[in-house]
Amino acid sequence: MLKKAQQYKAIVIGTSAGGLFVLFDLLKQLPADYPIPIIIVQHRAKDQRDLLEEILQSRCRICIRQAEEKENISAGNVYIAPPDYHLLIENDYTLSLSDDAHVRYSRPSIDVLFESAAFAYGPALIGIILTGANSDGAAGLATIKKEGGVTIAQDPKEAAFPMMPEAAIKKGVDYIWTIEKISTFLLEQADTK
Amino acid sequence: MNFDNKEFKELLESIRYVYGYDFTDYAEASVKRRVNQFMTNRKITEFEKLGKILLQDEKIFEEFVQEVSVTVTEMFRDPTFYKSLRENVLKRLATYPFIKVWIAGCATGEEIYSIAILLHEEGLLNRSVIYATDINQKSLQIARDAVYPLEYMKNYTANYQKAGGTRAFSEYYKAKYNSVMFDRSLKQNIVFSPHNLAVDNSFNEFQLVICRNVLIYFNQQLQNKVISLFYESLCPFGFLGLGSKESLLFCDKKKNFEEIDRKEKIFMKSK
Repeated sequence: MLKKAQQYKAIVIGTSAGGLFVLFDLLKQLPADYPIPIIIVQHRAKDQRDLLEEILQSRCRICIRQAEEKENISAGNVYIAPPDYHLLIENDYTLSLSDDAHVRYSRPSIDVLFESAAFAYGPALIGIILTGANSDGAAGLATIKKEGGVTIAQDPKEAAFPMMPEAAIKKGVDYIWTIEKISTFLLEQADTK
Repeated sequence: MNFDNKEFKELLESIRYVYGYDFTDYAEASVKRRVNQFMTNRKITEFEKLGKILLQDEKIFEEFVQEVSVTVTEMFRDPTFYKSLRENVLKRLATYPFIKVWIAGCATGEEIYSIAILLHEEGLLNRSVIYATDINQKSLQIARDAVYPLEYMKNYTANYQKAGGTRAFSEYYKAKYNSVMFDRSLKQNIVFSPHNLAVDNSFNEFQLVICRNVLIYFNQQLQNKVISLFYESLCPFGFLGLGSKESLLFCDKKKNFEEIDRKEKIFMKSK
């Protein structure tokens, strides 16, 4: 059974190779006043100007922004981890950056975001792992589950790179869904509010 | 996580009381992560036990401080910052007969030698003194030794070139086995010293203060305090360089600084 929508205070999403297109699919349908803030780690190269936020924004109504140090997390926003920094969530629902060592060769690392989010939000959190070609995020998603949050992995059969959702599924997730089903679920959270 | 918020805060308070190290105003999520890692590495499963060990055994506490405060960096990280420093700041520093630079939170030294190379190439190193400080003694020792893995040099060379460097980067170090040692001449005017930004005061007056990716580990209150400390430590029209994601946005002293390069987070003390 899914929990009542009001219980969710945040959604965290992690993805790597192939992520841009599925992020489009998930985010473009959300209304500008979507009631739950979304925080995303998409693995990205440092240095090069990749325009990730601008590209996503060009097709979305909800506000897409690069996460800033000590920023308050609020509804109607999608926060994306900047290149070359880990993104963490504090207990007072603000964002922190860190340049701690790479985790699983990644900075930003999905595990780092997911673990800090799990401790800040507990059961009021939805964690989603999408396509990717490594196993970052699996441990973090397991922590979200342990703290009582809802965990979802993209169906590896439709994922461009199935390794990341597969690694998460191996540790145990609540739902294995297609992007279409995840989309519907996200929209339902807005309806029931 | 092996502990809840309340016991975590209590431990930080006890540490402050017993050892004078103040982590209470650090951004919590990162510190918790590191404490958790420390526990995992030492196979300490109960938080209560961690507290007992740390408060009773000074030696383990020292290791704890090293691990909780360790930071990683690279030479010429964010090359455009160094490019801007070269173009916008060093030219103006050249007008001083004697230049004092403070690198606060110098970690394992990669930033120090990057700055030293810039000063050298602008012909300023001979009349400069670089004060390099960090809370972490182990990191400071690595900074003093100036020995780094050979495999990093490819990346550092690329960074150096992107930062506007035109010489052969290998001029600056000697390779031996799998390590390189940076040239002695770069080290001639560096003073290494432990300094804790959370509790220690200003100790000199500088033309340039560099503190990159340190403030992100502090909460707003401590950030504000440390920026004030930098303000007091700068001469009139002295320069401050921060990390690319850091800002003066929430600081009382914001109005006392002028932006020299908005994107690279380089400021000048204007009043």
